[in-house]
Amino acid sequence: MITPPLWLVAELTYTCPLHCVFCSNPVDFAAQGPELSTADWIRVLREARALGAVQLGLTGGEPLSRKDLEELVSEAHGLGYYINLITSGAGLSEKRIKALKYAGLDHIQLSFQDSTRQMNDFLSSTRTFDLKRRAAALIKEHGFPMVMNCVVHRMNLDHVGLIIDLAADIGAEFLELANTQYYGWALLNRDQLMPDKEQLVRAEAIVAERRKSLGSRLRILFVVPDYFEGRPKRCMNGWGSTILCVNPAGTALPCQAAKMLPGMDFPSVRDASVREIWYDSAGFNRFRGEDWMPQPCRSCPERTIDLGGCRCQAYQLTGDVGATDPVCDKSPDHGIVLAAVAAAAQKPLLFRTPGNSRALIDAGPPATRGSAQ
Amino acid sequence: MSKGSVLHAHQPKIARLYRLQWEEAQQAHVLLFPEGLVKLNASAGEILRRCDGVRTTAEIIAELEIAFAAKNLAPDVDAFLEQAVAKGWVES
Repeated sequence: MITPPLWLVAELTYTCPLHCVFCSNPVDFAAQGPELSTADWIRVLREARALGAVQLGLTGGEPLSRKDLEELVSEAHGLGYYINLITSGAGLSEKRIKALKYAGLDHIQLSFQDSTRQMNDFLSSTRTFDLKRRAAALIKEHGFPMVMNCVVHRMNLDHVGLIIDLAADIGAEFLELANTQYYGWALLNRDQLMPDKEQLVRAEAIVAERRKSLGSRLRILFVVPDYFEGRPKRCMNGWGSTILCVNPAGTALPCQAAKMLPGMDFPSVRDASVREIWYDSAGFNRFRGEDWMPQPCRSCPERTIDLGGCRCQAYQLTGDVGATDPVCDKSPDHGIVLAAVAAAAQKPLLFRTPGNSRALIDAGPPATRGSAQ
Repeated sequence: MSKGSVLHAHQPKIARLYRLQWEEAQQAHVLLFPEGLVKLNASAGEILRRCDGVRTTAEIIAELEIAFAAKNLAPDVDAFLEQAVAKGWVES
């Protein structure tokens, strides 16, 4: 049985002033067709709501780049959506936040790239740390619930305690620490972003400790790094089960990354109704249920938990859209994931500290350590 | 949340960050919050829709017992509310 969508993810635009190295937007975003018009989006909002969608994520790109954002929020509010703006904070002025409040926006998810200005600005290749702090103050001042989101990876996982401090300091009610998922730009930069296992263990310990001390004041979500888990994630809560994404050009997708999958038929909302797309399109039906599953999924008792994992990850790593997600250690292709983790395990930069110096002394003479002398 | 945190004189209400809504398409109450939603089963929906910050827990129990012609619902309602408080859905 096909259940109705609960969650509409509206990618309003690929325009974004930030240039984050881990962005999950498609790497060919610069070649996407023209954006949907205001009238197109209003029709999508109405049709998806009529079908049952109630959560609405307005994302991109930077959704504040769309001048009609307030108009879309107002329409969505009238339809009864619970509306989340997912933003970098760039473009969030006093004037716009007032207009968004008036239009009926429910809450705001604000991204930071790190707890430090230096790393935040480096990873986004923009000077945005200070404007994010100002955006956070505006969000609080206007009484919105705030989720702070920070994508974590090798370069900032060791700051996780400071990132939690920042979230508490700006008054966020939720903090999402999202271990990098390797799609789009993040996949291209995987060797630079992949943490090592010890780093993850340290970060998880800090998160567990801070969860206890902060209690309900700040709820912390820690999105697991699936390359290290041995089991795949239940991607999108199941293909075509809960979430409907519409990309800036109007292609309807079961997830934001699925456009990359070859041989799939994903209709445009310009050509078909949301109802036809959700219930009848070949693309949305392709991986529903269990009939598509290969071995080892087909006979695996855990198939109802993870549903075979992520289709995009299977394709990216094995070339086969219908393969078991290779992050599963039962997958015949799991070696690909182990190799990727091993390949990324570079030696960290070694800082000139007395502690490192003593460790080097203990390790013996420098002749074996590269070209020095 | 320690046991017995739900007192019958309390006036529970849906927490600030959450919104409870009847969804025609799902034929269910859903609880909406930043980052997610919970589709509620019928009894959870019936309890939560009465958590308006005015009715006391005792009144909610009494109402449910009349509405569903049932007796001795207090243990179930208490247990559910205790969970709901622990999850942050309800402020008691």
